[in-house]
This record gives sequence, structure tokens and C-alpha cells, in this order.
Amino acid sequence: MMKPTSEVDLAEAIASTTGPVRIVGGDTRQIGNPVKGEVLNTSGLSGITLYEPGALTMVARAGTPLMEIEAALAAEGQRLPFEPSDMRAIYGASGQSTIGGVVATNSSGPRRIQAGACRDSLIGVRFVDGQGQIVKNGGRVMKNVTGYDLVKLMAGSHGTLGILTEVSFKVSPAPEASSTVMVEGLSDTDAVTAMSAALGSPFDVNGVAHINGRTVIRVEGLDGLVKYRAAKLVDKIGGVVVDFDWGAVQNIGDIAGREGDIWRFSVKPSDGPKLGAALRAAGATEVVYDWGGGLIWALSPKGDDMRSAMGSISGNATLIRGEGHPVFQPEAKEIEFLNTGLRAKFDPRNILNAGRMG
Amino acid sequence: MDLPKPNSEIIARKPQIVALLQVVLPDDAVIYDEHEVKAYECDALASYRCPPMIVVLPSSTEEVAAVLKICHAEGVPVVPRGSGTSLAGGALPTADSVVLGVSKLNKALEINYDDRYIRVQSGRTNLSVTGAVEALDFFYAPDPSSQLACAIAGNIAMNSGGAHCLKYGVTTNNLLGVKMVTMEGEVMDIGGAHLDAASYDLLGLICGSEGQLGVVTEATLRILHKPEGARPVLIGYDSNEVAGACVSDIIQAGVLPVAIEFMDRPVIRAAENFVGAGYPDVEALLIVEVEGSEAEIDEQLALITEIAKRHNPVELRESQSAGESAAIWAGRKVAFGAMGQISDYMCLDGTIPVSQLPLVLGRITELSEEYGLDVGNVFHAGDGNMHPLILYDANKQGDLETCEKMGAEILKLCVEVGGCLTGEHGVGIEKRDLMTTQYTDVDIECQLRVKDVFDAKWLLNPAKVFPLAATESRRT
Ligand SMILES: Cc1cc2nc3c(=O)[nH]c(=O)nc-3n(C[C@H](O)[C@H](O)[C@H](O)COP(=O)(O)OP(=O)(O)OC[C@H]3O[C@@H](n4cnc5c(N)ncnc54)[C@H](O)[C@@H]3O)c2cc1C
Repeated sequence: MMKPTSEVDLAEAIASTTGPVRIVGGDTRQIGNPVKGEVLNTSGLSGITLYEPGALTMVARAGTPLMEIEAALAAEGQRLPFEPSDMRAIYGASGQSTIGGVVATNSSGPRRIQAGACRDSLIGVRFVDGQGQIVKNGGRVMKNVTGYDLVKLMAGSHGTLGILTEVSFKVSPAPEASSTVMVEGLSDTDAVTAMSAALGSPFDVNGVAHINGRTVIRVEGLDGLVKYRAAKLVDKIGGVVVDFDWGAVQNIGDIAGREGDIWRFSVKPSDGPKLGAALRAAGATEVVYDWGGGLIWALSPKGDDMRSAMGSISGNATLIRGEGHPVFQPEAKEIEFLNTGLRAKFDPRNILNAGRMG
Repeated sequence: MDLPKPNSEIIARKPQIVALLQVVLPDDAVIYDEHEVKAYECDALASYRCPPMIVVLPSSTEEVAAVLKICHAEGVPVVPRGSGTSLAGGALPTADSVVLGVSKLNKALEINYDDRYIRVQSGRTNLSVTGAVEALDFFYAPDPSSQLACAIAGNIAMNSGGAHCLKYGVTTNNLLGVKMVTMEGEVMDIGGAHLDAASYDLLGLICGSEGQLGVVTEATLRILHKPEGARPVLIGYDSNEVAGACVSDIIQAGVLPVAIEFMDRPVIRAAENFVGAGYPDVEALLIVEVEGSEAEIDEQLALITEIAKRHNPVELRESQSAGESAAIWAGRKVAFGAMGQISDYMCLDGTIPVSQLPLVLGRITELSEEYGLDVGNVFHAGDGNMHPLILYDANKQGDLETCEKMGAEILKLCVEVGGCLTGEHGVGIEKRDLMTTQYTDVDIECQLRVKDVFDAKWLLNPAKVFPLAATESRRT
């Protein structure tokens, strides 16, 4: 196992290895094909390197535990805007999620619908490429269009383009209050209609899900503001204001620990109900809608193909847990050509998490 | 600033190239007359001009692909162009190039309110995107000051921002998909109405790539419902530093305004003379805007004015009506034009950490004295994106060069304090040679390799973004 304690050590280790290398943070987000190779553990690259609450920016080494980051932010009344999920229950993992793993998987929760994905809050990266070169892109300021945006490219590249060593974020104030409106008993179709109405309202909703026959809509902000908006939403779509644990949506709490495969679909919200029905017809036992219907989680019997339920619906399917099917949505050949080309430039020896993305 | 030497061998083949283009485009879409191509000789960085060899104005993605195939086969450089409002020289042609303008591609193709997106052709202007959805109270959030003229194509290429991006993000945060044509003429769809990529985030890479990776012909953009209302407050201080400190405090207080704009005395005076917005004659003015219902606005503004008062403002004016709101914004909206009435100016675009505002503003004042050129500051303070306007006289020998030198000093300072060269205007030709102050050779090489993948022959807007020396072996 390699466990470098500095970026320079890491760069040297990569330059001198013949590979292959399996990059591990907390090993809590095991998305992608299994990877063979010597383990490279990032936990030696840990610690918040800069936090300026007054500028809403935080910079941390990639191996920093997510918990440490969230605690530091909470102490200043701030938070990560994109609400990364905790995937440990899905994989039966017990480690500590690291911020590098969050970025490598572009993990985003319910708030993605309003505040953007991890990639939208990410403003800078440092990484070591497949030849052991240290590369930086972006920085620590919110607005930066200097050169190409490799920051976005690195987010969600699952360690196949480089080993992240440091990441910078734009963070946001944590709200004074949060409120959830719940409507019970809606069909999937009616739920998506209600969710679209909420998202198309002026009330700045930042969580919109349909789970176990309950449709939930969240608003956050100053206390008075939240009360007012929740009341307006009740007027618009019905339901009542309730206490709701958004972890059930963020971490798909109800299905994460259950037997079976887990699939994740991203489609446009109005295609959600149709896809949900097709998934059930194909054998899915649970279907959870997030992002107003645009994100669908499905629990299905082991080995069954759920991707084909998409039919002609455009979007993508990821096999989050399970085997026997491509993990990531196969891309059109012209996109695949660019992906392959990029990978060959960033990691010409094909040693970093080789095969993870297919 | 140097421009690469045009390839005389290409220019010698102009008649043949025109003939080839005329086969795939209607006659009026191929402009090659020496006088007519002059209309495309520059963008808004008008101190640099060079008429292109040919201009093409395709009306469909198929025509764009056909043009690019020809140029690829013939080895002719192509400069994509939206509305030509780039302040960085991004759309500046070279004498051996074909300018590919997308102005005829201006239709709204699909509007979907349920899923909150609009699909447009890329030549459509920014403001007319909102125009297409406004009747149902929706809008497209990124709002560059040039929004009446600039095209979505240019916005995507530069990853443009605007006054309200503190809350809503910049172009990349509001872009869902593009149809793009590579230099080889291959058409592809990247992203779409759904969120997030299946594999690599190529959409994020395309946005901000300054027309060097592909020609964007269509875009799917996120639209939002307008807030119930919005109201600005105008806050005046007798020092830039105090205004800077106030900005930092507001941001930390937990209420995120949609906009925090900053103007200093030279800009305040120019704007006041131009539109008579009723601005007080102070050292620094902040415009802070919040959104929501009346009650929500009151609650947020109460918090903001309380913070502002702690810094002893000389003026604090909360808008009481739509008319007053418009007046508060009126001066800010014309600030650039107003400064342009006074003098030629160069507009910088460096971003700094908000905490460094007082220091950087102070240093700019010193540099202004050192170089003997006046500076006005007007910028998006909430995110540290500064726009120092350096005033110079284009007719005075050497003034532009002095101005550029001083500009470079300021941008280096932005990088030194932890910021960057450009927050929203792009590198273009203007900041090309400063790239090495922000990035190492390895950092730059990594970016060049990305272009190698998309445009192996380096024909698409090749002389931009990177120092010419760094790209020479690839371009020739
Ligand atoms: C008065 C004024 C105010 C401004 N205010 C702001 C502001 O507030 N915020 C801000 O961010 N910017 C601002 N700008 C800068 C400018 O308006 C933006 O950069 C804008 O996005 C450029 O759009 P355009 O259509 O004019 O692009 P152009 O100037 O035509 O081109 C800009 C770049 O885009 C590339 N490009 C054009 N079309 C395509 C295509 N189809 N495919 C690929 N690449 C393409 C070009 O090659 C070039 O590199 C301002 C400019 C002016 C003059």
C-alpha cells in the first residue's frame, strides 16, 4: 500500500510506479467496476488548508474526512451547498468518507436541484496525473474563467484522470430554519406534477422528492421566510408542514441496506413517472424520486437489467450496486472518442483506477 | 501584443476556399469582399483589429458542420463569433482565418416550463432568452451587462457572469446541454434536459473554452421562476476600504443577497453625469439587492442595513418603490458606457478573495499614481470579481502601452493575493501572456493536451488563451 503524506511524495510515487494503482479515500463510495492494483490511500493528505468564512471559501486536502469539513463549516454557520450523500449503508462500508471521494464521484444530494451539484461548488483542484505530474486548475475564488475548466472535468471522473490532492469549494450560509411540506397518497404522475409546480414557483424550494407514497418539498432560509413559503406551498399544492428526515432521500435510507441491486437514473422530471412505471414492470421493488422526479433510485432483483427500462427516454442510468451490466451509461461513439482521448492524455499508461469507468 | 504571422500560403488559396464554401452555403452567407469583411475585424477590445480572410454566416448546424469540414480539410483556421462583444479579443480574427458567425442561428427551439428549460440556437442574444419565457414569469439567470447584444454562444465560450450570479451562479451553473460541432465537422450532443453527465463532464469543459474545442450551435438552458419581488439598498461610504469590509460582513452574516455591486468615486460621478441616478457624491457606493416577498425582503434588508450601519455609512437609501429601485440600478447599468464617454478605457476582470478587497483597492490607487493614469472601479463585490477601468488616451502615443503595463501589474497582484486573471471576460488575446503568472508550464501543458483531443490540428481559434510561444509548435 502507498500512503503518501505530501503531494510531492505522491507525485514521486506515481512517477516511479509501474502501476496499476487503486485510489482509496475512505472506501465508502464504491461506484464503478472493481479495480485491481496497489492501493493508494489518500488519508495521509489530510487537513483543511484554508477557510475564510467571510469569503465563503474552503480549501482542503483530498483525504480530509467529510465529517471534519462539515464540522468546521457548521462551527461558522456554513455548509456545503450540494448536500453530499452518505453511501456507507449502500456498500456496507464502515470507513470515513473523504472530501476527495465526494469530488471524484461528484456526489450531490436533494439540494442539487437548486444549489447545483458538487461540480458547481467546486472552484479549484490540485491533482497528480498518471505520469506523476502535479497539476492545478481553478483556484480559491468563486469566479474564475482563466483557461479551461478542468475543475468540472475532474469532478465525477472517479480517479481515472488524476489523483486529487486538494480541492476548493464555494460554501454557503447554513439557513436559520428549514421546513418541509408533505402531501400523501399521490400517484407518481401526480407527484411529479406537484413537484414541478413547486419547482416552478417563486418560493426557491431546495428539496423535492417522492418516496414511499409521500411527496416532500423543502424550503430553507430565515425563519419568517421559511414559514411564509411553506404556507404558500401548502396553498398551491396541498399537504401539511411536517418534520421530515431528508436523510431518507439524501442517503436513500429506506433501500440502502436491503438486498438487491441499486440503480440510479437521471432523466428530465416529466419523464420520471413513465420511467418509474417501466422500472416496476421490469421488476424493481422500490422506486424513489428525487430532484423533482429527475433523479430515480430503483431497488431491483440481483442481476436484472433495469437500464433497458429507459427505452427511448434520454438521460443516463448508473448501476450503483450490483454486477453483470455496464456501471455507467454507454456514451455515443463521438463522446466516447473524446473520453478515451482525454484519458490517454491524463493517464497515458492507463494505471489510475484502470477500468473503473468501463 | 503580438498576433501570429498569417499563413500566406492559405491567403493565396482564398479564391479556391471561397468557392468551396459557396458550394455548401448560400451566396449571401459567404463574405469575402475586402471592405465587407472589415465589419468583423474586431470585438469589443477594439484597440486590436485585423480583418479576416473570409466570413461565413451559416443558418443551421448542418451548414456549420459543412464549413468546418472544408476548413479542416484545407487547414484553414476558424474563429467562431457570437455578437462580438468580447472584452478580451476572443473573437479577434487573424488575416488567414475564416470567421464563423452564428448570428443567423437565433431561434428558440423548445420551451418546457414543467422541466424548467429552454433550448435555443446559440446565436440568440442573452436577453431574448429571458424574453422568450418572460410571459410566464420565468427568466434565464446569467445577466451580463452586455445582455442586450451578447449571444448565448459567446456566454458559453466565456462562461459569462452577471450582477445576479452571487445567488444564481454563472453560465456553467445554468447550462444543461449543448449541440456542438468539432473542427472535423462531427456533430454531437453533450448533456440535455437531464442533470449531470453519464461519464466525464464534457459540458463543464466546453463551457469557458473560448471557442477552442468546438462550435456550439444549440444550448439547453435552465430557466427559473422569477422571485416575487426584489429590492435594492444603496449604501455610501467615505472610503473604499470600509465599503470592502462591509461586503465581507454581509456575506458572513448568513443572508445571501442576489447581488452586491461596488462603484468608486470616479465611476459614481461619471454614472451620475450620464443618467442622473441621484447618487450621492461619496468615495464608494454599494448596491445590495435581495429577493422574495415584501415581508421577506424587509427581514433581509433589516439585517443588511444593521450591518451597514455598523460601518458608519454616509448614505443609506432603501428603495421605497419600483421607480427608486430602477434609479438605484440605473447608474450601475450604464457605468461602463458612462466611463466610455469620458475617456478610452481598458476594463480588467481579475477576481480576488473578498477579504483582500481593501488591500487591492489601496494598491490600485498607488499604481494609478505611479503610472499617471486614472482608474475607476465598478464590480461584483460579493464574489470579488473586480473591474478596474484604466483610463487612457488612444490618440496619445504610448498611452495604450502604459495602460496595458499597468493592467498587467494589477492582474499580477490579483493572482498574488490568491485570485485569478479573469473572472468572467475570458483570456482571449488580452491576458494570454499573463497565463504563466497563474499557471505553471505543467498546468498549461495539461490544458493544451485537452485541445489536442478536440482539435488535433489546432485550427479552432488557435491563437487565443495560451502564450503564443507555448502553442507555436502545435499551431504550425
Ligand atoms: C459593455 C459590455 C459589458 C459587458 N458586461 C459583461 C458582464 O457583465 N459579464 C460578462 O461576463 N461579460 C461581460 N461582457 C463581455 C462579453 O459581453 C461576454 O464575454 C459575452 O459572453 C460575449 O458574447 P458574444 O456573443 O459577443 O461573443 P463574441 O465576442 O462574439 O465571442 C466571444 C468568444 O466566444 C467564442 N464563440 C463565439 N461563438 C461561438 C460558438 N458558436 N461556439 C464556440 N465559441 C464561440 C469566440 O470565438 C470568442 O472566443 C461585457 C462586454 C461589454 C462590451
